[in-house]
This record gives sequence, structure tokens and C-alpha cells, in this order.
Amino acid sequence: MNVPKSARPIAAAIIGSVFALSLLAGYITNTSYATQFREVPNAGPSPHHILGTDSLGRDSFTRLLYASRVSLSLAPAASLLTTLIAALLGSWAGLRGGWSERLVLTVADLSMALPLLFVLIALRAFLPLDVSPPLALVATFLTLGLLGWPSSLRIIWSAARQLRNSDVLLLAHASGINPARIVLRHLLPNLRPVLFAQFWVSIPVFILTEATLSMLGLGVMEPIPSWGNLLRGLEDISVVSANPWRLAPLFLLVLIVGCFQVVLPSREEELV
Amino acid sequence: MNRFLRSIFVLVLLASANQARGQSVGELRFCLPGEPKTFNPVLVDDDASENIRYLTGGVLIRLNRQTQALEPGLATSWAVSKDGRKVTFHLRQGIYFSDGTPFTSEDVAYTMRALMDPQTHSPTGDAFRSSDASVSIRTPSPEVVEIVFPAPVAGLKRLFDQVAILSAHSPKKEMAVLGPFYVSEYKPGSYVLLRRNANYWKHDAEGHPLPYVETVRLDIQLNRDIELMRFRRGELQLINRLDAEQFDRLQREIPAAARNAGAGLDAEQLWFNQSPAAPLPEYKKAWFRTTEFRLAVSQAINREDLCKIVYSGYAKPAYGPVSPANRFWFNKELPAPKHDPQNALHLLSKAGFRYESGTLKDQAGHRVEFTVVTNSGNAAREKIATMIQQDLAQVGIKLNIVTLDFPSLIERMTRTFDYDACLLGLVNTDLDPNSQMTVWLSSGENHQWNPNQKSPATPWEEEIDKLMRAQASELSESKRKKSFDRVQQIVAEQQPFIYLIDKDVLSAISPAVVGASPSVLNPQAFWNVEVFRIKQELALGAPK
Repeated sequence: MNVPKSARPIAAAIIGSVFALSLLAGYITNTSYATQFREVPNAGPSPHHILGTDSLGRDSFTRLLYASRVSLSLAPAASLLTTLIAALLGSWAGLRGGWSERLVLTVADLSMALPLLFVLIALRAFLPLDVSPPLALVATFLTLGLLGWPSSLRIIWSAARQLRNSDVLLLAHASGINPARIVLRHLLPNLRPVLFAQFWVSIPVFILTEATLSMLGLGVMEPIPSWGNLLRGLEDISVVSANPWRLAPLFLLVLIVGCFQVVLPSREEELV
Repeated sequence: MNRFLRSIFVLVLLASANQARGQSVGELRFCLPGEPKTFNPVLVDDDASENIRYLTGGVLIRLNRQTQALEPGLATSWAVSKDGRKVTFHLRQGIYFSDGTPFTSEDVAYTMRALMDPQTHSPTGDAFRSSDASVSIRTPSPEVVEIVFPAPVAGLKRLFDQVAILSAHSPKKEMAVLGPFYVSEYKPGSYVLLRRNANYWKHDAEGHPLPYVETVRLDIQLNRDIELMRFRRGELQLINRLDAEQFDRLQREIPAAARNAGAGLDAEQLWFNQSPAAPLPEYKKAWFRTTEFRLAVSQAINREDLCKIVYSGYAKPAYGPVSPANRFWFNKELPAPKHDPQNALHLLSKAGFRYESGTLKDQAGHRVEFTVVTNSGNAAREKIATMIQQDLAQVGIKLNIVTLDFPSLIERMTRTFDYDACLLGLVNTDLDPNSQMTVWLSSGENHQWNPNQKSPATPWEEEIDKLMRAQASELSESKRKKSFDRVQQIVAEQQPFIYLIDKDVLSAISPAVVGASPSVLNPQAFWNVEVFRIKQELALGAPK
């Protein structure tokens, strides 16, 4: 994507602003995201509810702020986890080659062959029921993070393989440095551009996967809001057409995912 | 051009004249909820096949869906013996199947044998099976048939509403029918076309043969949103069941097409896991087994709000296992559901719970917190759970909500019993309490709060067992009603199921369809399809 350079700081500023606002949600609004104002369900914008209310009468603006906090905090965390797993396994496989490479790649290929959504649904069914919603929330993103590594691994492995015969690594080998140290001190720093790109690419993927899970009713538990479960409010087309401000979560999701895409290429360009 | 317009004018005139004379014109179009698994009425076990059986099958006795009274069908009269084992039917004479084969008592005998044959595995036949011994059938004359069951069958007459008579001699086998329509074409995955049965026995008050419409096209459509979209475009003239959101939308766009038959038989309910095999902490099991705890939860729930917010007002608060729509079996003496958080706290305090600074604790100091599971993807149910979450917070109870895919939910409900409470709906198609035997008997597998008990766990479950068995073997309807009234009373007092709402039966019927009168009983919107007429001038356009 050919994006003007000036657009990148703007995109980063938008992401940063939305995240900052979400962190300050408690100061911006004094309403709880769970409180149901049952006398005004599906209400339009008003001084009390600036984005109206949802179908249960909950303040949509408050829920959007808290949902942004959930999605923008946990998606990067899951992305970091995925990138770390992929980095360790990918660099190890790329460096060692041989049977360890074949083993790691086979496991990654098998994992990629499994439909992620069904694996998530099955894992969700095995989780204990009596966990609090915040814990369940962390578990959902943790699961996403633990299952999302295979696609990143292939890219990192490919980059590590190219470095296998580089002068730096040959010298490290010749100096008798142990393999773990080679990975941590020599290989991973050289892979940093790829790792950074993978981290940024995975964030919108996890945001969208959580949204998909929530659309299926398997994402973040009520009453905690996330962008995913806010999007479920768009299922009733008639309500949306009558209350277009209900599209705010969708608008924000598109905006943030778009901003991530705008920010990302600039990093890649720096690295290439 | 003039000739073309003249032709159209003549066609319209002809159609109007045919309607005026009571002749059949027009095509009724609506959707089946899935692929019909069978056209054999004996084997019907799914909604789509059930709809086709209703439209094509001729039955001895028909349950009037509006009055809920039994009416003569192919039998002009019937008599049940005092011991409840034998039923004698006197049949109409001069009736023919759709292919011209004459109808006699031999056909009834053939149908009953097929129905009761254990090799057939007929779901309809199972309702008649009161004992393992075989049924004996006599045909003293072509107009009389006697059926003797090995043991009394409660609600026997009503069961014949589901028995579509097969032909014993027709080469077309089950495709020869006695109902208002016969299956003319079937394209799997696409549609079933029914054509008017010219040999149908029924006539209207003026002597015109029924049904009025010439064909019924049943498109196979699984997606309810697409169905509604096609209705709005005028491609369909009827939708049998709508959910509240769809109905609300239709009510705004085409008010004349939105038809509400009132509270139906389907309910939403919550129950606590009382199974001794449940892998739950003992203190939780003790809460769930405490009557006051269940009553308090029931009283803390604001059912009016559930109806108003989740169902846009198209539901009624429920308190018992039988909807008021079931006119005969509903116990009118049951108390009306009430939302009373103060009394709920009083009940909890009576049972030893303590309410301290917004938190409810039991005698041992455990915070009252439990998880309700429900199936994922059902937006209405998830909203109900979220509203209950706020209601229970008012009495200090912390409720967590977990949605699971249906197989995982069933696994927990029936095998591992690893759940605290469950929120699900009950689909009731039968008026008679006998259809709920497996729910109410403590040994039943659908006795969800504590299934498959070897002996009743509580005195009130023991009493329900006795009452349900008593009504099942009793022939007097009033005595059966008395027993089942008591069952409803016990359920209201004990709240093993916390009934929440009875959903309204909502349909869409195009103004082009004349004569429709939706009922709360299945098939709701087209139970009187034989008297439907299609207004040709409206049938071609959108249903405005």
C-alpha cells in the first residue's frame, strides 16, 4: 500500500488517542458499562447518553470506551505472545535445520490445517465455567495468542534460514557460542524488523478474530464489552437503519484496523 | 397491444368469476423450515415433514386449532370404551384417495398396523404404545373400524389428529392421500409443490368443494432473514413463525401482514443443577436444593422487563409449566408471577443467607455466585441472561454468563452435569401433559434439574411422580386435569424450573390471503389452509 508519509503519524496518533481515551474511560463517563436503563432501550443520542443506548438500555458511549480498552489492550498482548512463540520456534528451526526444522514446520503446518475458529470453540467448551468475566476475557485472548503462532512462524523461519549462513552467525558458531545464546543475542536482533512487522500485522487479526467469536456468542462474556460483542448489536438491521449511530463500534473497528495497516508499511520500509 | 390488454382483462375477469363461484384459483407460497425427511406420514419426525403431513394427510379426528376442540374428520363419530382400551370409528362413505382409490376401514386398519409395527419405529406410533403387547384391529364393515389397545391410552382421541390415513391398496402407496392437497412435484433442496386434491371430502357452508387454492408451493429455505426479505418483496404470502425482532420490523413496514396470535406454548426457563452426580462444591449444591433460594431467584427476576425489552412486548410473563394458551390444561389458580426483590431477600434470609453491603453470603460465608450456561448464537437468550444478571445483583447474587455451542451444552446437561444453572427454551407442540412425562417423572431423562433418579430425591418429586402416573392411566378428563393442576401447583411452589416468559406466536400473512386466522397451535398460520383464498390483484405485487 502506497501511503503518504504524513498519514503514518496521523494513523499512529489516532490509535494512541483512542487507546488513551479508553484508559481514561472511568474519568470520561460516570456510568457503568453494565448498568441497564431499562426505560430507554435503543434510545437515540441525548445529553445523558451521547451515543444512545443499546437494546438493553446500556449507555453505548460508555460501552464503546470500555470495549476499546479491552480490544486495544488484549489484542496487542495476544499478538506479543504469538510473536514470541513464533520467534523462538521459527529462529530455532531456521538456525538448526535438520530434524528439528522438519518437526517444527510439520507442527506448524498441522496447526494451520486446523480451522482456528473450531479449535477455539472446542477449547472454550473445555474451560471451567466458574471463572469471573475478566479472567474469561484474558483466557479468550490468551487462547488466541497461543493458537495464532503458526502463520508468523513460517515467515520468521524463512528469515532465520536466510541468516543461517551469514557471516555473523558463522563467526558466532566458530567462536563456540552455545545455540541458545546465538538465538537470543545474534539471531533475534537481526530478525527484529520481521518480528516487529509480525507483531503489528497480528493485532488487527486478533481484534477481528475476537469480533468473529463474539458474533458467534463465544467471545468476551457479558457484561464486559468488546468491539466484537458490540458488533452483535448490528445484527438487527431495522434498529441500525433507524439508529445509525449504532454503527459507531463498526466505524471505530474499521478506523483502527485501517490505521494499523497504514502504520505497518512504514516499519517494513525501514527494514527492507 | 390492445389485444394483449384485452387478454389480461379477460383473464382477470375469469379469475374473479372463478373465485365468486368458489372454484380453486391461485397459488399459495410459503417456506418450509428445512428439507422434508419423508413423505410417509407414519415416519414423520421433523417440522418440514410435519407441515407436509398436515397439508396432505386426511385424519379421522381433527383438533380445531382455534377452539382446541376435536372435530370429525374422516370419521363421522367415534366411541371409546369405558376401560379406555377400545375405540370404534364410524367412517364417512363415498370418500376417495387423491388417486381415486376408495377409502374404507381396511385403510384405517392398514395405517394402524404400519403405525404400531415396532419395525417401523414410528414416532407417531410411540404415543399410542401403552404396553409391549400388540394392538388388535377389527373391520366389521367398510364403514366401521375397532381398535383395541393392550392397555388404556390417556388422551387417546386427540392422538388421532396426527394419524394421516394411508391407502392399503393404492399403487401410489403413501403418495395417495385424503387431505386437501397432494404432493405433485418435489425438487430436493428447492421446493415441494402441492396440488389441490379434487377428491377431498370437505365442502364449505355453500357446498363448494375445498380447498380454494389450486396449488401450494413450499420453498425450502433455512435462512429466516431471507424468508422475510422474500415475503416483503411479495414472493411469499405467508411466514409461519417469526421472532420478535422480525415481527417488530414487519409491524412497522407492513402492519396489515403482521399477525400476533397471542401467547403460545413455547417458554423460556432457568433451572439449577440439583444432580448429586454434579462435580460442584457441596455448598453450591445445598443452595440449589433449597426451595427458598429458588423462589427468591424467581422473585428477583423482572419478567415484565424481559417481555418488554427482549421480546419488544411480544411475550407474557410465565410462572408455570403450562401456558395460558393451553386452555384446558392451564391451572388458573396459579399465582401470577411477581417481581419482588424485597420478598426475595426475606426468603433468602429465612434460608440462612446474609445480605451484607450489596453481597449475598451463605451461612458458611461463601459469596453467592453462580454461572448460568446457555447456547451460543441465540441473541434473545443472551439478553435474558444479561438482564437476569442485573436483577440478581440487586439481591447480592453475582451471576456469570457462559455461552457454549449446543453439543457442549448438552454434554454438560446430560453426561457430566458440570454446570450450575442453565437457561434454555422449551418447545411444546402437544397440549396433553402426557407428552411431558419424561420431564416430570423423577426417572425421566428430561427431568433436567436432576435426571434419571432411581427413586425420587424429594417428597414433592415423589408426589409429582404419583400424580403424573395417575393422570396417565385415568380416562376421566376432569380427574386428569385435577391431578395435573396439582403438579402445576407443586412446580410453582418448588420452582425446579423457573419459568420466565411465554413467547407470542407471531406470523406474517400477506393481505392477499383471505381467510387466514392464526392460532397458537402448530401449524400456526396455515392450520385452516383449506379455506384460504388468494386475492389475485394483490398476489402479484408486494404485500402492501
